[in-house]
Amino acid sequence: MADESYPEELLYHAEHDWARIEGDEATFGITWYAQDTLGEVVFFDPPETGKQTSKDQSYAEVESVKAVSDVYAPLSGEIVAVNERLTGDDGQPEKINEDPYGEGWLVRVKLSDPSERDALLDAAAYKDLLETS
Amino acid sequence: MAAATETLLRTPLHARHRAAGGRLVPFAGWEMPVEYAGIRVEHLAVRTEAGLFDVSHMGQVETSGPDAERFLQRVLSNDVGRLEEGRAQYSVLCRDDGGALDDLFTYRTAPDRYLTVTNAANHGRDFAWLSDHGRDFDVTVRDVAADHAMLALQGPAARTLLDRHLDGEAPARMRVATARVAGVDCLVCGTGYTGEDGVELLCAPDGAEALWDALTSDGATPAGLGARDTLRLEVCFHLYGNDLSEERDPVSAGLGWACKLDTDFIGSEALRRVKPAERLVPFAFTGPGIPRPGNPVLVEGEPAGVVTSGTLSPCLGTGIGMAYVPAEVTGPGTPIEVDVRDRRRPAEVRDKPLYQKED
Repeated sequence: MADESYPEELLYHAEHDWARIEGDEATFGITWYAQDTLGEVVFFDPPETGKQTSKDQSYAEVESVKAVSDVYAPLSGEIVAVNERLTGDDGQPEKINEDPYGEGWLVRVKLSDPSERDALLDAAAYKDLLETS
Repeated sequence: MAAATETLLRTPLHARHRAAGGRLVPFAGWEMPVEYAGIRVEHLAVRTEAGLFDVSHMGQVETSGPDAERFLQRVLSNDVGRLEEGRAQYSVLCRDDGGALDDLFTYRTAPDRYLTVTNAANHGRDFAWLSDHGRDFDVTVRDVAADHAMLALQGPAARTLLDRHLDGEAPARMRVATARVAGVDCLVCGTGYTGEDGVELLCAPDGAEALWDALTSDGATPAGLGARDTLRLEVCFHLYGNDLSEERDPVSAGLGWACKLDTDFIGSEALRRVKPAERLVPFAFTGPGIPRPGNPVLVEGEPAGVVTSGTLSPCLGTGIGMAYVPAEVTGPGTPIEVDVRDRRRPAEVRDKPLYQKED
Protein backbone atom coordinates (compact mmCIF):
# COMPACT_ATOMS: atom_id res chain seq x y z
CA MET A 1 0.00 0.00 0.00
CA ALA A 2 1.07 3.51 -0.75
CA ASP A 3 1.39 6.17 1.94
CA GLU A 4 -1.38 8.73 2.12
CA SER A 5 -0.83 11.59 -0.30
CA TYR A 6 -2.73 14.06 -2.49
CA PRO A 7 -0.40 15.48 -5.15
CA GLU A 8 -0.56 19.25 -5.66
CA GLU A 9 -0.57 19.02 -9.45
CA LEU A 10 -3.89 17.11 -9.59
CA LEU A 11 -7.48 18.28 -9.40
CA TYR A 12 -9.99 16.38 -7.27
CA HIS A 13 -13.65 15.45 -7.35
CA ALA A 14 -15.59 15.15 -4.10
CA GLU A 15 -16.42 11.52 -4.88
CA HIS A 16 -12.69 10.78 -4.36
CA ASP A 17 -11.49 10.83 -7.93
CA TRP A 18 -8.59 12.76 -9.43
CA ALA A 19 -7.80 14.25 -12.83
CA ARG A 20 -4.40 15.13 -14.31
CA ILE A 21 -5.08 17.62 -17.09
CA GLU A 22 -2.57 17.82 -19.94
CA GLY A 23 -3.73 20.08 -22.79
CA ASP A 24 -7.14 18.93 -24.00
CA GLU A 25 -6.78 15.48 -22.45
CA ALA A 26 -6.87 14.24 -18.88
CA THR A 27 -6.02 11.07 -16.98
CA PHE A 28 -8.48 9.90 -14.29
CA GLY A 29 -8.02 7.73 -11.22
CA ILE A 30 -9.21 7.27 -7.66
CA THR A 31 -7.59 8.96 -4.68
CA TRP A 32 -5.54 7.42 -1.90
CA TYR A 33 -8.54 7.85 0.39
CA ALA A 34 -10.83 5.99 -2.04
CA GLN A 35 -8.52 2.99 -2.40
CA ASP A 36 -7.86 2.88 1.35
CA THR A 37 -11.58 2.85 2.11
CA LEU A 38 -12.21 0.13 -0.44
CA GLY A 39 -9.33 -2.14 0.58
CA GLU A 40 -7.33 -4.27 -1.81
CA VAL A 41 -8.71 -3.80 -5.32
CA VAL A 42 -9.21 -7.17 -7.00
CA PHE A 43 -11.22 -6.22 -10.08
CA PHE A 44 -11.45 -3.23 -12.39
CA ASP A 45 -14.21 -3.36 -14.95
CA PRO A 46 -13.02 -0.88 -17.58
CA PRO A 47 -15.29 1.10 -19.87
CA GLU A 48 -14.75 0.78 -23.60
CA THR A 49 -12.65 3.32 -25.43
CA GLY A 50 -14.81 5.66 -27.47
CA LYS A 51 -17.43 5.88 -24.72
CA GLN A 52 -18.31 9.24 -23.25
CA THR A 53 -17.78 10.24 -19.65
CA SER A 54 -20.10 12.81 -18.11
CA LYS A 55 -18.88 14.88 -15.20
CA ASP A 56 -20.26 13.57 -11.88
CA GLN A 57 -21.51 10.35 -13.49
CA SER A 58 -20.17 6.86 -12.86
CA TYR A 59 -18.10 5.51 -15.76
CA ALA A 60 -16.59 2.35 -14.24
CA GLU A 61 -16.48 0.13 -11.17
CA VAL A 62 -13.66 -1.00 -8.97
CA GLU A 63 -14.17 -3.93 -6.62
CA SER A 64 -12.46 -5.22 -3.52
CA VAL A 65 -13.22 -8.67 -2.14
CA LYS A 66 -15.95 -7.19 0.03
CA ALA A 67 -17.33 -4.25 -1.90
CA VAL A 68 -18.10 -2.60 -5.21
CA SER A 69 -17.41 1.08 -5.72
CA ASP A 70 -18.57 3.28 -8.57
CA VAL A 71 -15.95 5.51 -10.11
CA TYR A 72 -17.17 9.00 -10.99
CA ALA A 73 -15.92 11.10 -13.85
CA PRO A 74 -14.40 14.37 -12.66
CA LEU A 75 -14.79 15.77 -16.19
CA SER A 76 -16.72 15.08 -19.42
CA GLY A 77 -15.17 13.71 -22.56
CA GLU A 78 -14.41 10.69 -24.70
CA ILE A 79 -12.40 7.79 -23.36
CA VAL A 80 -9.34 7.40 -25.56
CA ALA A 81 -7.43 4.83 -23.49
CA VAL A 82 -7.94 2.52 -20.52
CA ASN A 83 -5.15 1.21 -18.32
CA GLU A 84 -4.83 -2.31 -19.74
CA ARG A 85 -2.37 -3.21 -17.03
CA LEU A 86 -5.24 -3.36 -14.53
CA THR A 87 -7.48 -5.65 -16.56
CA GLY A 88 -7.67 -9.11 -18.07
CA ASP A 89 -6.36 -12.45 -16.83
CA ASP A 90 -2.89 -11.12 -16.06
CA GLY A 91 -4.21 -7.78 -14.83
CA GLN A 92 -2.83 -6.18 -11.72
CA PRO A 93 -5.74 -4.17 -10.29
CA GLU A 94 -3.77 -3.95 -7.04
CA LYS A 95 -1.71 -1.23 -8.75
CA ILE A 96 -4.63 1.02 -7.84
CA ASN A 97 -3.66 0.49 -4.18
CA GLU A 98 0.08 0.51 -4.68
CA ASP A 99 0.32 3.58 -6.88
CA PRO A 100 -3.07 5.32 -7.15
CA TYR A 101 -1.70 8.40 -8.95
CA GLY A 102 0.77 6.58 -11.18
CA GLU A 103 0.55 3.00 -12.44
CA GLY A 104 -2.94 2.76 -10.98
CA TRP A 105 -4.47 5.32 -13.36
CA LEU A 106 -7.80 4.20 -14.85
CA VAL A 107 -8.63 5.99 -18.10
CA ARG A 108 -7.45 8.76 -20.39
CA VAL A 109 -10.11 11.11 -21.71
CA LYS A 110 -10.28 13.71 -24.50
CA LEU A 111 -12.10 16.55 -22.77
CA SER A 112 -15.28 17.99 -24.28
CA ASP A 113 -15.59 20.97 -21.95
CA PRO A 114 -12.27 22.02 -20.39
CA SER A 115 -14.04 24.78 -18.41
CA GLU A 116 -15.54 22.10 -16.16
CA ARG A 117 -12.20 22.02 -14.36
CA ASP A 118 -13.20 25.18 -12.50
CA ALA A 119 -15.66 23.11 -10.45
CA LEU A 120 -12.96 20.71 -9.21
CA LEU A 121 -11.03 20.95 -5.96
CA ASP A 122 -7.33 21.55 -5.56
CA ALA A 123 -5.34 19.32 -3.21
CA ALA A 124 -5.79 21.63 -0.21
CA ALA A 125 -9.56 21.89 -0.69
CA TYR A 126 -9.87 18.12 -1.14
CA LYS A 127 -7.89 17.49 2.06
CA ASP A 128 -10.20 19.90 3.86
CA LEU A 129 -13.15 17.91 2.56
CA LEU A 130 -11.67 14.69 3.93
CA GLU A 131 -11.06 16.24 7.32
CA THR A 132 -14.55 17.65 7.66
CA SER A 133 -16.49 14.64 6.38
CA MET B 1 -22.82 7.06 12.23
CA ALA B 2 -20.90 8.01 15.36
CA ALA B 3 -23.97 7.56 17.53
CA ALA B 4 -24.62 4.10 16.11
CA THR B 5 -21.01 3.08 16.72
CA GLU B 6 -21.34 3.89 20.41
CA THR B 7 -24.07 1.32 20.86
CA LEU B 8 -22.11 -1.51 19.23
CA LEU B 9 -20.84 -4.29 21.44
CA ARG B 10 -17.12 -4.88 21.71
CA THR B 11 -15.29 -8.13 22.26
CA PRO B 12 -12.56 -8.45 24.91
CA LEU B 13 -10.04 -8.21 22.06
CA HIS B 14 -11.15 -4.80 20.83
CA ALA B 15 -7.90 -3.08 21.87
CA ARG B 16 -5.88 -5.85 20.21
CA HIS B 17 -7.75 -5.34 16.93
CA ARG B 18 -7.00 -1.64 17.00
CA ALA B 19 -3.35 -2.28 17.81
CA ALA B 20 -3.09 -4.78 14.95
CA GLY B 21 -4.45 -2.21 12.47
CA GLY B 22 -7.83 -3.88 12.16
CA ARG B 23 -10.53 -2.15 10.16
CA LEU B 24 -13.52 -2.28 12.49
CA VAL B 25 -17.03 -2.44 11.08
CA PRO B 26 -20.50 -3.05 12.50
CA PHE B 27 -21.51 -6.70 12.25
CA ALA B 28 -24.64 -8.17 13.85
CA GLY B 29 -24.59 -5.51 16.56
CA TRP B 30 -20.86 -5.89 17.24
CA GLU B 31 -17.87 -3.83 16.26
CA MET B 32 -15.71 -6.44 14.53
CA PRO B 33 -12.48 -6.46 12.50
CA VAL B 34 -13.24 -7.11 8.82
CA GLU B 35 -9.55 -7.10 7.88
CA TYR B 36 -6.07 -6.23 9.15
CA ALA B 37 -3.35 -6.51 6.49
CA GLY B 38 -5.90 -7.35 3.77
CA ILE B 39 -8.43 -10.06 3.08
CA ARG B 40 -6.31 -11.85 0.49
CA VAL B 41 -3.13 -12.16 2.57
CA GLU B 42 -5.14 -13.25 5.61
CA HIS B 43 -6.99 -15.80 3.52
CA LEU B 44 -3.75 -17.23 2.13
CA ALA B 45 -2.17 -17.28 5.61
CA VAL B 46 -5.00 -19.56 6.75
CA ARG B 47 -4.66 -21.80 3.69
CA THR B 48 -0.88 -22.13 3.99
CA GLU B 49 0.06 -21.44 7.66
CA ALA B 50 -2.22 -20.38 10.47
CA GLY B 51 -4.66 -17.55 11.07
CA LEU B 52 -6.35 -16.39 14.26
CA PHE B 53 -9.91 -15.07 14.26
CA ASP B 54 -11.77 -13.36 17.06
CA VAL B 55 -15.26 -14.84 16.91
CA SER B 56 -16.32 -13.68 20.36
CA HIS B 57 -19.43 -12.15 18.83
CA MET B 58 -20.85 -15.65 18.50
CA GLY B 59 -23.22 -16.69 21.27
CA GLN B 60 -23.34 -19.75 23.48
CA VAL B 61 -26.23 -21.54 25.14
CA GLU B 62 -25.68 -24.22 27.77
CA THR B 63 -28.25 -26.97 28.15
CA SER B 64 -27.98 -29.25 31.17
CA GLY B 65 -30.09 -31.61 33.24
CA PRO B 66 -31.48 -35.13 33.10
CA ASP B 67 -33.54 -34.41 29.96
CA ALA B 68 -30.80 -32.52 28.11
CA GLU B 69 -30.31 -35.14 25.40
CA ARG B 70 -34.01 -35.75 24.90
CA PHE B 71 -34.69 -32.01 24.74
CA LEU B 72 -31.94 -31.26 22.22
CA GLN B 73 -33.07 -34.21 20.13
CA ARG B 74 -36.44 -32.48 19.91
CA VAL B 75 -35.13 -29.05 18.89
CA LEU B 76 -32.00 -29.82 16.84
CA SER B 77 -32.15 -31.43 13.41
CA ASN B 78 -29.26 -33.86 13.78
CA ASP B 79 -29.31 -37.10 15.80
CA VAL B 80 -28.28 -35.81 19.21
CA GLY B 81 -28.57 -39.39 20.51
CA ARG B 82 -25.42 -40.15 18.57
CA LEU B 83 -23.50 -37.20 19.99
CA GLU B 84 -21.15 -38.75 22.52
CA GLU B 85 -19.46 -36.92 25.35
CA GLY B 86 -16.41 -35.02 24.05
CA ARG B 87 -17.79 -34.75 20.53
CA ALA B 88 -19.13 -32.00 18.30
CA GLN B 89 -22.14 -32.04 16.01
CA TYR B 90 -23.57 -29.66 13.41
CA SER B 91 -27.31 -29.16 13.19
CA VAL B 92 -30.07 -26.79 12.13
CA LEU B 93 -32.62 -25.21 14.43
CA CYS B 94 -35.95 -25.33 12.63
CA ARG B 95 -39.39 -23.88 13.02
CA ASP B 96 -42.45 -26.11 12.80
CA ASP B 97 -42.74 -25.37 9.08
CA GLY B 98 -39.10 -26.36 8.50
CA GLY B 99 -37.80 -22.80 8.10
CA ALA B 100 -34.27 -22.49 9.45
CA LEU B 101 -33.84 -20.34 12.57
CA ASP B 102 -30.09 -20.93 12.76
CA ASP B 103 -27.33 -23.39 12.07
CA LEU B 104 -25.34 -24.48 15.08
CA PHE B 105 -22.47 -26.46 16.48
CA THR B 106 -23.22 -28.34 19.69
CA TYR B 107 -20.53 -29.78 21.94
CA ARG B 108 -21.34 -32.46 24.51
CA THR B 109 -19.11 -31.42 27.40
CA ALA B 110 -20.50 -33.89 29.99
CA PRO B 111 -23.07 -36.71 29.96
CA ASP B 112 -25.88 -34.29 30.79
CA ARG B 113 -24.37 -31.02 29.57
CA TYR B 114 -24.14 -29.45 26.11
CA LEU B 115 -22.78 -26.18 24.81
CA THR B 116 -24.36 -24.82 21.62
CA VAL B 117 -22.74 -22.03 19.61
CA THR B 118 -25.12 -19.59 17.93
CA ASN B 119 -24.72 -16.98 15.22
CA ALA B 120 -24.44 -13.51 16.75
CA ALA B 121 -27.41 -12.10 14.86
CA ASN B 122 -29.64 -14.99 15.96
CA HIS B 123 -28.47 -15.49 19.52
CA GLY B 124 -31.34 -13.75 21.29
CA ARG B 125 -33.96 -15.47 19.18
CA ASP B 126 -32.26 -18.87 19.53
CA PHE B 127 -32.03 -18.55 23.28
CA ALA B 128 -35.69 -17.53 23.57
CA TRP B 129 -36.71 -20.46 21.35
CA LEU B 130 -34.67 -22.95 23.35
CA SER B 131 -35.84 -21.60 26.73
CA ASP B 132 -39.49 -21.70 25.66
CA HIS B 133 -39.32 -25.25 24.40
CA GLY B 134 -37.21 -26.31 27.38
CA ARG B 135 -40.12 -25.70 29.74
CA ASP B 136 -41.60 -29.08 28.86
CA PHE B 137 -38.38 -30.87 29.83
CA ASP B 138 -36.31 -31.33 32.96
CA VAL B 139 -33.50 -29.10 31.67
CA THR B 140 -31.80 -25.84 32.48
CA VAL B 141 -31.17 -23.63 29.44
CA ARG B 142 -28.72 -20.82 30.16
CA ASP B 143 -27.51 -17.94 28.04
CA VAL B 144 -23.76 -18.16 28.62
CA ALA B 145 -22.61 -15.86 25.81
CA ALA B 146 -21.29 -13.27 28.24
CA ASP B 147 -19.15 -15.94 29.94
CA HIS B 148 -17.19 -16.70 26.80
CA ALA B 149 -14.68 -15.26 24.43
CA MET B 150 -14.10 -17.37 21.34
CA LEU B 151 -11.07 -17.56 19.07
CA ALA B 152 -10.56 -19.70 16.00
CA LEU B 153 -7.02 -20.85 15.18
CA GLN B 154 -7.15 -22.27 11.68
CA GLY B 155 -4.72 -23.52 9.05
CA PRO B 156 -2.36 -26.40 8.30
CA ALA B 157 0.08 -25.14 10.96
CA ALA B 158 -2.62 -24.44 13.56
CA ARG B 159 -2.18 -27.63 15.59
CA THR B 160 1.61 -27.45 15.68
CA LEU B 161 1.34 -23.87 16.84
CA LEU B 162 -1.28 -24.75 19.42
CA ASP B 163 0.80 -27.64 20.78
CA ARG B 164 3.58 -25.24 21.77
CA HIS B 165 1.18 -23.48 24.15
CA LEU B 166 -0.95 -26.39 25.21
CA ASP B 167 -0.99 -28.05 28.59
CA GLY B 168 -2.86 -31.23 27.73
CA GLU B 169 -3.84 -32.88 24.50
CA ALA B 170 -5.57 -31.26 21.56
CA PRO B 171 -8.85 -32.90 20.54
CA ALA B 172 -9.09 -34.49 17.10
CA ARG B 173 -11.43 -33.13 14.46
CA MET B 174 -15.06 -32.91 15.64
CA ARG B 175 -14.01 -33.55 19.24
CA VAL B 176 -13.79 -31.29 22.23
CA ALA B 177 -11.64 -31.22 25.38
CA THR B 178 -10.76 -28.89 28.22
CA ALA B 179 -7.13 -27.82 28.34
CA ARG B 180 -4.92 -24.91 29.32
CA VAL B 181 -3.63 -22.87 26.40
CA ALA B 182 -1.02 -20.21 27.21
CA GLY B 183 -2.06 -20.56 30.85
CA VAL B 184 -5.74 -19.92 30.05
CA ASP B 185 -8.44 -22.50 30.78
CA CYS B 186 -10.10 -23.31 27.48
CA LEU B 187 -12.63 -25.55 25.90
CA VAL B 188 -10.68 -26.67 22.85
CA CYS B 189 -12.88 -27.72 19.93
CA GLY B 190 -11.66 -29.47 16.80
CA THR B 191 -13.96 -27.44 14.60
CA GLY B 192 -13.84 -24.41 12.34
CA TYR B 193 -15.34 -22.55 9.42
CA THR B 194 -12.46 -22.41 6.95
CA GLY B 195 -12.05 -25.89 5.46
CA GLU B 196 -8.65 -26.11 7.14
CA ASP B 197 -7.59 -28.14 10.13
CA GLY B 198 -7.54 -26.20 13.36
CA VAL B 199 -9.34 -25.50 16.59
CA GLU B 200 -11.81 -23.13 18.13
CA LEU B 201 -11.01 -21.97 21.65
CA LEU B 202 -13.63 -20.92 24.18
CA CYS B 203 -12.40 -19.18 27.32
CA ALA B 204 -13.46 -16.66 29.94
CA PRO B 205 -13.45 -13.10 28.51
CA ASP B 206 -10.55 -12.05 30.75
CA GLY B 207 -8.35 -14.77 29.28
CA ALA B 208 -8.82 -13.74 25.66
CA GLU B 209 -5.97 -11.23 25.48
CA ALA B 210 -3.39 -13.65 26.87
CA LEU B 211 -4.51 -16.25 24.37
CA TRP B 212 -4.44 -13.79 21.48
CA ASP B 213 -0.99 -12.47 22.46
CA ALA B 214 0.56 -15.92 22.83
CA LEU B 215 -0.76 -17.20 19.50
CA THR B 216 -0.14 -14.09 17.38
CA SER B 217 3.37 -13.56 18.77
CA ASP B 218 4.12 -17.16 17.82
CA GLY B 219 3.17 -16.71 14.19
CA ALA B 220 -0.62 -16.85 13.88
CA THR B 221 -1.78 -14.16 11.45
CA PRO B 222 -4.68 -12.04 12.70
CA ALA B 223 -7.54 -12.68 10.30
CA GLY B 224 -10.82 -10.80 10.04
CA LEU B 225 -14.40 -11.49 9.08
CA GLY B 226 -13.60 -10.73 5.44
CA ALA B 227 -11.21 -13.67 5.16
CA ARG B 228 -13.55 -15.79 7.26
CA ASP B 229 -16.21 -15.23 4.60
CA THR B 230 -13.98 -15.98 1.57
CA LEU B 231 -12.55 -19.08 3.29
CA ARG B 232 -15.95 -20.53 4.15
CA LEU B 233 -17.36 -19.80 0.71
CA GLU B 234 -14.48 -21.57 -1.07
CA VAL B 235 -15.47 -24.73 0.82
CA CYS B 236 -19.22 -24.08 0.55
CA PHE B 237 -20.08 -23.69 4.22
CA HIS B 238 -23.39 -21.90 4.69
CA LEU B 239 -23.67 -18.41 6.07
CA TYR B 240 -26.92 -17.91 7.94
CA GLY B 241 -28.75 -14.85 6.66
CA ASN B 242 -27.30 -15.39 3.17
CA ASP B 243 -27.57 -19.05 2.22
CA LEU B 244 -29.95 -20.11 4.94
CA SER B 245 -32.91 -18.27 6.44
CA GLU B 246 -36.39 -18.70 7.87
CA GLU B 247 -37.69 -18.61 4.29
CA ARG B 248 -35.41 -21.45 3.25
CA ASP B 249 -35.51 -25.00 4.53
CA PRO B 250 -32.34 -26.98 5.24
CA VAL B 251 -33.12 -29.67 2.64
CA SER B 252 -33.22 -27.13 -0.21
CA ALA B 253 -30.06 -25.61 1.28
CA GLY B 254 -28.24 -28.92 0.91
CA LEU B 255 -28.20 -29.64 4.63
CA GLY B 256 -30.36 -32.76 4.45
CA TRP B 257 -27.37 -34.72 5.78
CA ALA B 258 -27.71 -32.83 9.09
CA CYS B 259 -31.47 -33.44 9.30
CA LYS B 260 -32.25 -36.86 10.75
CA LEU B 261 -35.98 -36.91 10.06
CA ASP B 262 -36.67 -40.02 12.15
CA THR B 263 -35.54 -38.23 15.33
CA ASP B 264 -38.86 -36.33 15.34
CA PHE B 265 -37.31 -32.87 15.78
CA ILE B 266 -39.40 -29.74 15.42
CA GLY B 267 -39.74 -29.18 11.69
CA SER B 268 -39.08 -32.79 10.71
CA GLU B 269 -42.66 -33.43 9.71
CA ALA B 270 -42.66 -30.45 7.37
CA LEU B 271 -39.25 -31.38 5.95
CA ARG B 272 -40.46 -34.91 5.23
CA ARG B 273 -42.90 -33.40 2.74
CA VAL B 274 -40.39 -31.02 1.14
CA LYS B 275 -39.76 -31.62 -2.54
CA PRO B 276 -37.36 -28.77 -3.18
CA ALA B 277 -38.32 -26.56 -6.11
CA GLU B 278 -34.97 -24.82 -5.75
CA ARG B 279 -31.64 -25.99 -4.47
CA LEU B 280 -28.56 -24.19 -3.30
CA VAL B 281 -25.64 -24.88 -5.62
CA PRO B 282 -22.04 -23.70 -5.75
CA PHE B 283 -20.91 -22.01 -8.94
CA ALA B 284 -17.81 -20.40 -10.41
CA PHE B 285 -17.43 -17.74 -13.06
CA THR B 286 -15.80 -18.91 -16.28
CA GLY B 287 -14.86 -15.32 -17.19
CA PRO B 288 -14.32 -12.02 -15.40
CA GLY B 289 -16.43 -10.46 -12.68
CA ILE B 290 -17.42 -10.96 -9.06
CA PRO B 291 -20.88 -12.20 -8.08
CA ARG B 292 -22.62 -10.54 -5.15
CA PRO B 293 -25.59 -11.58 -2.99
CA GLY B 294 -28.86 -10.65 -4.66
CA ASN B 295 -27.55 -10.91 -8.23
CA PRO B 296 -30.13 -12.66 -10.46
CA VAL B 297 -29.18 -16.02 -11.97
CA LEU B 298 -30.18 -16.83 -15.55
CA VAL B 299 -30.54 -20.26 -17.07
CA GLU B 300 -30.76 -20.38 -20.85
CA GLY B 301 -31.18 -16.63 -20.78
CA GLU B 302 -34.21 -16.64 -18.49
CA PRO B 303 -34.32 -15.44 -14.86
CA ALA B 304 -34.15 -18.58 -12.74
CA GLY B 305 -32.64 -17.90 -9.35
CA VAL B 306 -30.62 -15.71 -7.08
CA VAL B 307 -27.07 -15.53 -5.71
CA THR B 308 -26.97 -15.75 -1.91
CA SER B 309 -23.19 -15.54 -1.42
CA GLY B 310 -20.54 -14.32 -3.82
CA THR B 311 -16.96 -13.15 -3.79
CA LEU B 312 -13.65 -13.37 -5.59
CA SER B 313 -11.93 -16.60 -4.58
CA PRO B 314 -8.40 -15.74 -3.48
CA CYS B 315 -7.25 -19.32 -4.16
CA LEU B 316 -8.99 -19.85 -7.52
CA GLY B 317 -8.69 -16.29 -8.78
CA THR B 318 -12.24 -16.29 -10.13
CA GLY B 319 -15.64 -15.16 -9.00
CA ILE B 320 -17.40 -17.85 -6.95
CA GLY B 321 -20.65 -18.12 -5.09
CA MET B 322 -23.70 -20.07 -4.08
CA ALA B 323 -27.14 -19.58 -5.57
CA TYR B 324 -30.63 -20.99 -5.35
CA VAL B 325 -31.58 -22.36 -8.76
CA PRO B 326 -34.42 -24.61 -9.97
CA ALA B 327 -33.86 -28.15 -8.73
CA GLU B 328 -33.50 -29.49 -12.28
CA VAL B 329 -30.43 -27.34 -13.08
CA THR B 330 -28.25 -28.46 -10.21
CA GLY B 331 -25.88 -30.74 -12.13
CA PRO B 332 -22.19 -29.79 -11.99
CA GLY B 333 -21.08 -28.31 -15.30
CA THR B 334 -24.49 -26.79 -16.06
CA PRO B 335 -23.86 -23.38 -17.64
CA ILE B 336 -25.59 -20.44 -16.00
CA GLU B 337 -25.25 -16.68 -16.16
CA VAL B 338 -25.18 -14.20 -13.32
CA ASP B 339 -26.53 -10.71 -13.86
CA VAL B 340 -23.97 -8.50 -12.11
CA ARG B 341 -25.36 -4.97 -12.22
CA ASP B 342 -26.78 -5.46 -15.73
CA ARG B 343 -23.79 -7.34 -17.12
CA ARG B 344 -24.30 -11.02 -17.77
CA ARG B 345 -21.35 -13.01 -16.54
CA PRO B 346 -20.91 -16.63 -17.68
CA ALA B 347 -20.61 -19.22 -14.93
CA GLU B 348 -21.13 -22.89 -14.32
CA VAL B 349 -22.51 -25.00 -11.52
CA ARG B 350 -19.73 -26.79 -9.67
CA ASP B 351 -19.31 -29.59 -7.16
CA LYS B 352 -18.74 -28.91 -3.48
CA PRO B 353 -16.26 -27.78 -2.34
CA LEU B 354 -15.27 -25.10 -4.83
CA TYR B 355 -11.73 -25.18 -3.51
CA GLN B 356 -10.00 -28.42 -2.64
CA LYS B 357 -6.55 -28.67 -1.17
CA GLU B 358 -4.01 -30.52 -3.27
CA ASP B 359 -2.47 -33.37 -1.33
